[in-house]
Amino acid sequence: MEEARRVISVIVLDEASVLSRIAGLFSGRGYNIDSLTVAPIPDSKYSRITIVTAGSVRVIEQIIKQLHKLIPVLKVYEHADLVEKEMAMVKIPLSESISDVEALAHAYNGKIVNVSSDTLIVMVADEPHRVAHFLDAVKHFHPKEIVRSGSVAMER
Amino acid sequence: MQISGAQMVIEALIAEEVEVVFGYPGGAIMNVYDEIYKQSGFQHIMARHEQAAVHAAEGYSKASGKVGVAMITSGPGFTNAITGIADAFMDSIPLVIISGQVPMSLIGTDAFQEIDAVGISRPCTKHNYLVTDATDLPRVLKEAFYLARTGRPGPVHVDIPKDVTAQIANFDYSKEVELETYKPTVKGNVRQIKKAIEAIASAKRPLLYLGGGIINANAAELVREFSKMTQIPAVETFMARGTLHHEDPLLISMLGMHGSYAANMAMSETDLVIGLGARFDDRVTGKLSEFAKHAQIIHVDIDPASISKLVNAHFPIVGDVKNVLETMIPLAKEQVDPTRYDAWHKTIANFNKLHPLAYTEEGDRIKPQWVVERIGQLLGDDANISTDVGQHQMWAAQFYPFSRPRQWISSGGLGTMGFGFPAAMGVKRADPKRVSINITGDGSILMNIQELMTAVEYDLPVINVILNNNFLGMVRQWQTMFYDKRHSSTDLSIQPDFVKLSESFGGIGYRVSTKAEFDAALKDAVEKNVVAIIDVAVNRLENVLPMVPAGGSLFNMMLEYKEK
Repeated sequence: MEEARRVISVIVLDEASVLSRIAGLFSGRGYNIDSLTVAPIPDSKYSRITIVTAGSVRVIEQIIKQLHKLIPVLKVYEHADLVEKEMAMVKIPLSESISDVEALAHAYNGKIVNVSSDTLIVMVADEPHRVAHFLDAVKHFHPKEIVRSGSVAMER
Repeated sequence: MQISGAQMVIEALIAEEVEVVFGYPGGAIMNVYDEIYKQSGFQHIMARHEQAAVHAAEGYSKASGKVGVAMITSGPGFTNAITGIADAFMDSIPLVIISGQVPMSLIGTDAFQEIDAVGISRPCTKHNYLVTDATDLPRVLKEAFYLARTGRPGPVHVDIPKDVTAQIANFDYSKEVELETYKPTVKGNVRQIKKAIEAIASAKRPLLYLGGGIINANAAELVREFSKMTQIPAVETFMARGTLHHEDPLLISMLGMHGSYAANMAMSETDLVIGLGARFDDRVTGKLSEFAKHAQIIHVDIDPASISKLVNAHFPIVGDVKNVLETMIPLAKEQVDPTRYDAWHKTIANFNKLHPLAYTEEGDRIKPQWVVERIGQLLGDDANISTDVGQHQMWAAQFYPFSRPRQWISSGGLGTMGFGFPAAMGVKRADPKRVSINITGDGSILMNIQELMTAVEYDLPVINVILNNNFLGMVRQWQTMFYDKRHSSTDLSIQPDFVKLSESFGGIGYRVSTKAEFDAALKDAVEKNVVAIIDVAVNRLENVLPMVPAGGSLFNMMLEYKEK
């Protein structure tokens, strides 16, 4: 069956070990996690977990049902029509052309956010596939370190 | 009321009307055991191994329909219990497991008898808690019982550090459980139910596929009513044995890997599967692409994740089987013509005639199937039947004349050897008036044999009937059939003297090699009403048949096996 990329948001009670329940469910049942982000929802007792996964229609349906079964899970959304963003930070040696780096970052909703004595840090925030393009292009500047945040998503 | 965490545990158990706790003490749970010593609200039965304590709680729960409770200490106490917890999880048995943990200040330091208990129990419990403050205990314990028995039932584990059991806090158990994130769907969708009834009314060869969820939901009476009213024939899963009376003409038999020819053929020929509280387990379906190939599927289950997990349901109905049947019955009365399936009944009768579930007597040795049938003839409805796991278990499921739900107590999902004896103790505790039989094998019985001591101490007269073939029979059968008779580590020629073994614990023992001896032994054991082992020498190389080889199609059964 055809594997498709899916973004799932899970609203969970913000309590001890809830993340291990989610992560354990995925590993225990052999589901993939491509990325996972989690943060509290302001002014509530809940957190939002955004999971990027891949699987056939049947597997995705099972993932959603199994997530629902976990006691601290309030809601599960499988996103169809969504805005999805990811952030990345890249550390680049100062020996590279700052204006070239800045121009590239600008094309991907980014900018230089830190400059130290021998490196600079550039960040971008964009759709995940665009972030991937940026990371490809930035290779030109000999990056020393790359950090990706994983996706966050919101229904339109 | 200001009391200690340990006292809260006692108060909560009494408030939940728990009448018996199965457990084993140890360092981290001692505060609670000190309170158990002082109280008289419930009985504590000390098993001789934590795994057995949990199996006993399972047996108690399965026979009584109540939540079973087990109590254990941290570290090895807990890890010993995990097999029982996993067993209860696979078979949806409502349990509350209370374990001690090292004090909060020592958690994470690799302290003596410390293990990450909630980390281990997470994938094999419905839910679990590590209680870090005694003020949470009343809420957590109340939630634990509520979660265990509602929705799809299952084990809930509560891990309590030793300092929390010593901590004094306010105890108020009157607050209702409020779980914003847990709302099981009990009532089935009426529109779906109506569509399902229409499908039943227009089907030519409908088949009731009865699962263990019926027993959990106490819905067997309604299933009997529904099948009688509609005249729709039924197959039972292993877990559902006893839903219909064995003499019910509509009951075909058990289906699956060791199901009857007629049951498996009916499932292969039906045009409408009416699945009630069954989960399309691989031991039932065989090769999925060939399973009920001509049929539409109605699937009623309390657990949405069970629906369309393996077999796509055309009419998915999430709900409690009992609740859904209450809606279905009046609709079916109006719409379903019970005379419409006469041709289908004839087809099934032919299947039954062609290859009935049977065995052939040969030689001097007793056939294991005969022992099961004989227990049924002598005790019938008066016995509850527990089993271990293996050939004896399948023969028991095939040949015992079950007459009611909760008569059959066996480890289905996890297939846990060592389940039967402790479970049968729990069954005896729940239903003391009936004879508690554990049909077991010479392999399985040794996996919790220490429970002879518990059974004798607490006067739980379980009769263990060993179908002794000097083999790990089921593995031997597979080795014979699929591994060219290489009987790797399955020959159990070296055995203890089971008679003396039982006697050494204060029980009674019989060695049996003829039918007359068996009758005499069983009658004597029932009459004496003490813990017993009846060691029956049975035919060594008997196979469980029919058999659908793993991954094979349900209609492609091995009906007999000739040694090559």
